[in-house]
Amino acid sequence: MPTLAHYLIVSGLLFALGMAGVLLRRNLLIIFMGLELMLNAANLSLVAFSRFNLGPDGMPNYNAQVFVFFIITVAAAEVAVGLAIIVALYRAKQTTHVEDLNTLKF
Amino acid sequence: MQLVLFWIFSLLMLLSAMGVVFFRNPVSSAMSLVLSFIALAAVFVTLDAFFIAVVQVLVYAGAVMVLFLFIIMLLDLREEKRRRVRLSAWLGGGLVVGGFISALLKVVLSLPALFVEKPALSHPLANDIEQVGYNLFRNFNLPFQVIGVLLLVATVGVVLLSKKELK
Repeated sequence: MPTLAHYLIVSGLLFALGMAGVLLRRNLLIIFMGLELMLNAANLSLVAFSRFNLGPDGMPNYNAQVFVFFIITVAAAEVAVGLAIIVALYRAKQTTHVEDLNTLKF
Repeated sequence: MQLVLFWIFSLLMLLSAMGVVFFRNPVSSAMSLVLSFIALAAVFVTLDAFFIAVVQVLVYAGAVMVLFLFIIMLLDLREEKRRRVRLSAWLGGGLVVGGFISALLKVVLSLPALFVEKPALSHPLANDIEQVGYNLFRNFNLPFQVIGVLLLVATVGVVLLSKKELK
């Protein structure tokens, strides 16, 4: 049987991969996909904690699952707004490469 | 049996997440991301969170990925041109990610309380949709309505952002 540590390590590795996507890639869309991976890693650790810490009635702690539901909703709204910003940016600059967007650079 | 399934799906999830980071073509990255989301839904099933698994497939693998592929199609993104790789950027990013992984392993492996087996449920076939819904409408009613307002604001914001010219 997998233990809580298994789930936490897998979730941490998923978070690290998302962070690598955000830090190493230069395409705005891939950076966005990295953000989604990091949110999913947080969801995985919340669900793991909910399953391993049973409430007094011997059932998982469903507060965590409600919280995951909220995170998924906020992530969906965030993706919609972020992609609209990327499209607006592409219309203005014809690029999604972060190194071409250096107007604010000192 | 459960351990085998856990390893199959978590390795699938991590490998396809690596694909997201390392594929050069954005469409390949997006397809890899779909696989990663579906594998994560399977990992949720091993945690008896059936409702969250279904929502994961519907919202992430369905709606969010359609949005991503649509934008990739709209922007007509090709395979990235090979640019001069900034060694310092890769070194810095690798250092941060490596530091994070080593700190995580150090903390998790030093806590013996985390190496516990999954406790048995009092009702093995839990009706978790009912439980989550009850909790959502009873204990989290105000946050639920705030989330509704947030979705409305996001919709209005997207419509406003995608107008040709703002007045």
